[in-house]
Amino acid sequence: MGNRIELFARNDEKEMDIAWCPGCGNFSILNILKAALSEMEEITPENMVLVSGIGQAAKIPHYFRTNTFNGLHGRSLPVAQMIKAVNPELHVISESGEGDMYGEGGNHFIHAIRRNPDITNLVHDNMIYGLTKGQASPTTQKGTVTPVQINGVFLEQFNPIATAITMGATFVARASSGDPAQTKEIIKKAIRHKGYALVDILQPCVTFNKINTYKWFKENSYYLDENYNSENKMKALEIAFNTEKLALGIIYKNEDKKAFHEQLTIYKENKEPLFKRKHNIKELESFINSKI
Amino acid sequence: MNKNFKENISVVLSGEAGQGIQTIENLLTRILKDDGFNVFATKEYMSRIRGGSNSTEIRVGEYAVRSHSSNIDILIPLTKESVEHLKDTISSETIIIADMKNLKIDYSNAVDVPFFDIAKEIGNRIYSNIVAAGTILALFSTEKEIIYSRMKKIFAKKPELIDKNIEAVNRGYEIGEKIKNSGIIKIEIEKNSKIKDNILINGSEAVALGAMAGGCDSVFSYPMTPGTGVLLSLAQYSKSFGILVEQAEDEIAAINMAIGGWYAGARSMVTTSGGGFALMEEGVSLSGMIETPVVIHIAQRPGPATGLPTRTAQEDLNLALYSGHGEFPRAIYAPGNLEQALKLSRIAFETADEYQIPVFILTDQYFVDSYYNIEKTDLSEVRNENRITETREDYKRYILTENGISPRGIPGYGKGLVIVDSDEHDEYGHLTENLDIRIKMNDKRLSKLDLLRKNALEPEILGDDDYKNLIVCWGSNYETLKESLKNLKNTKTAMIHFPQLYPLNYDFKKYFEKAEKIISVENNATGQFSNLLKLELDAEIHERILKYDGTPFSAEELTERIKKAI
Repeated sequence: MGNRIELFARNDEKEMDIAWCPGCGNFSILNILKAALSEMEEITPENMVLVSGIGQAAKIPHYFRTNTFNGLHGRSLPVAQMIKAVNPELHVISESGEGDMYGEGGNHFIHAIRRNPDITNLVHDNMIYGLTKGQASPTTQKGTVTPVQINGVFLEQFNPIATAITMGATFVARASSGDPAQTKEIIKKAIRHKGYALVDILQPCVTFNKINTYKWFKENSYYLDENYNSENKMKALEIAFNTEKLALGIIYKNEDKKAFHEQLTIYKENKEPLFKRKHNIKELESFINSKI
Repeated sequence: MNKNFKENISVVLSGEAGQGIQTIENLLTRILKDDGFNVFATKEYMSRIRGGSNSTEIRVGEYAVRSHSSNIDILIPLTKESVEHLKDTISSETIIIADMKNLKIDYSNAVDVPFFDIAKEIGNRIYSNIVAAGTILALFSTEKEIIYSRMKKIFAKKPELIDKNIEAVNRGYEIGEKIKNSGIIKIEIEKNSKIKDNILINGSEAVALGAMAGGCDSVFSYPMTPGTGVLLSLAQYSKSFGILVEQAEDEIAAINMAIGGWYAGARSMVTTSGGGFALMEEGVSLSGMIETPVVIHIAQRPGPATGLPTRTAQEDLNLALYSGHGEFPRAIYAPGNLEQALKLSRIAFETADEYQIPVFILTDQYFVDSYYNIEKTDLSEVRNENRITETREDYKRYILTENGISPRGIPGYGKGLVIVDSDEHDEYGHLTENLDIRIKMNDKRLSKLDLLRKNALEPEILGDDDYKNLIVCWGSNYETLKESLKNLKNTKTAMIHFPQLYPLNYDFKKYFEKAEKIISVENNATGQFSNLLKLELDAEIHERILKYDGTPFSAEELTERIKKAI
């Protein structure tokens, strides 16, 4: 196992100039993801792509050793979906913060779920904007005072879990950066899920969020019972709407839905990724010339 | 009012949305082409699904007629309002063939045909357009076998409709023969049997098919008139040619999807219009930064904002040229006719792949919606070279090279890792704030522009080699200007058309140096390309012929305006 974890570490790891604050939950998520991947023999740095947007969480691929697409703010999901669609042999993870995924990329979040692409969507959710220094994020709690929301946030808190279930997501989980052991297992299941998998990872921002601390998350969350049936959609929604105490674990899953690429006609007869296909110019020529 | 037509004729059919004007355009152009005539059709329509006033103009000629005419020889209106709508283009020479009683039209130069009563006798008012088609075809003396054979193809998927439609055509045909025999309208345009084997497509299809010749295997788009035509065509061909077609949730998603596609080895495009493209701008910048190709088709329409959604313009050259923040190279192509669209859309993919940049195909509503016959295409020279490299273990996506182009790897092909970052990055692709590397990377990206410029496509010059007057145009004005030039019969005058608008080879300056008077023709209010010529080639445009009312130039109108300008 030790060797496999090295696989995902940059060889200049010791000299890396990491942009995160000491104590940031991002470090923990980085280590959890590396550990999770190292335990999945089917995944190598070469056959996976880590796609991210912009923000502190979105820098994660740079501290990793794998194929990377660090694109624009809020746009990692459109990129990730089509990387998977044009080459289904790749394992694709789309990872960013909640501002990127639920705010700037909110429309993509909704519609990505509707497509059910076979990708894993990891969202670092610290309920605040870190990189721009402490403004409200879509998941900031009501009442939180920030340098912009000086009278406290009064907008409704975005509920990613309920939104995802409502949009037809086939794997919806919440995890905590403070619990590496269980979070690793949730992430592994998310990656192995055939279809869209959301893992909203609660994470403290030690610099800008003085409310939702390690202690707060511990006191305000609980793990779903072992006997919990995650295939009951209405029950899952009920749990999702309980924002007093945040449920951790796999809240909803549905393994019966086909993934986006499995429904595409381009893969009906030919399973090869697009880049391996030869275009038949002769056939195209006669097709054009038949348009009489 | 007896009239003879020997060289060409312009027939306009008009009605409201939902009356089947499009069906009749399709039917007539194909049958007349099958019969050996050169045909051209362009439509004018309103942004609505029902009602309003739509028209289609069909020009038929012994020689290729490929531009909009402001002259109507025969008008067949299916509503009274559409006659009102066209009153400025109806002249004393125009012959109207109409159901005068039902439409309550009063016009001296008219032939009364009870289209609606006949249609009702057949079973439904809806057949009136097919009755009218029959009348027109009789005037061209098209043999019934030619008509039937094409109709069977067109209605192949709805065989239950064929009998009634053939009856409608026959009833219209009888009347047409009577009109012909009376001598009111006599069409004596020469036919050429070779034309029946020509292809008949519109601009959207030409762009789509050209893209496919360039290896296009995926398209991502949010529907927007008039850019949707290319999406529809690719969707139609997708099953036979294995094209991934995805309607994105918005234009921002569309361009990011296309860039994601290219990153993973596909050859993707987006198609939109100005307003949709405005949303894609940050994606253009992303493509420039991460040196991941993307092909962007913009079918222009008048702006600003929603503007005139179903009309034409050449207003978005500046938008394409300056889109995206930061400085990076790009190429812009603008086909002048269908042959060029087939070729340039293919070249767009080759250029995008070779230089790893965003590449534009700029058309307009008039261009994408116009049909005409062209000769069969020859793709035997097309190599369709994929420039993807198999990566080695130590692969650096942005390795510094002499010409600025780094071999492009994709994830999952080779032993290396492909790292791209929208931040400034080092040779591996990792984010950096090292300012020396920043300069090297910026220089690397921009150096590709020199090569692009050197290899820019040559403009085409037509007319007198020994010109004094040089008329410049781009995009869809090509064929219109060609016809105007023919009308002018002016020696010492030539036209120059640029298939590639940017970048331009500085050497092209020579074409302007020998001209005494340079006139430009553009469908916009500010002369965007004229300004670019000044900027790129220091060419001074003396006179600008501009039009920005949402309609294309007609050959007649352009001829008059050039006469004044010279």
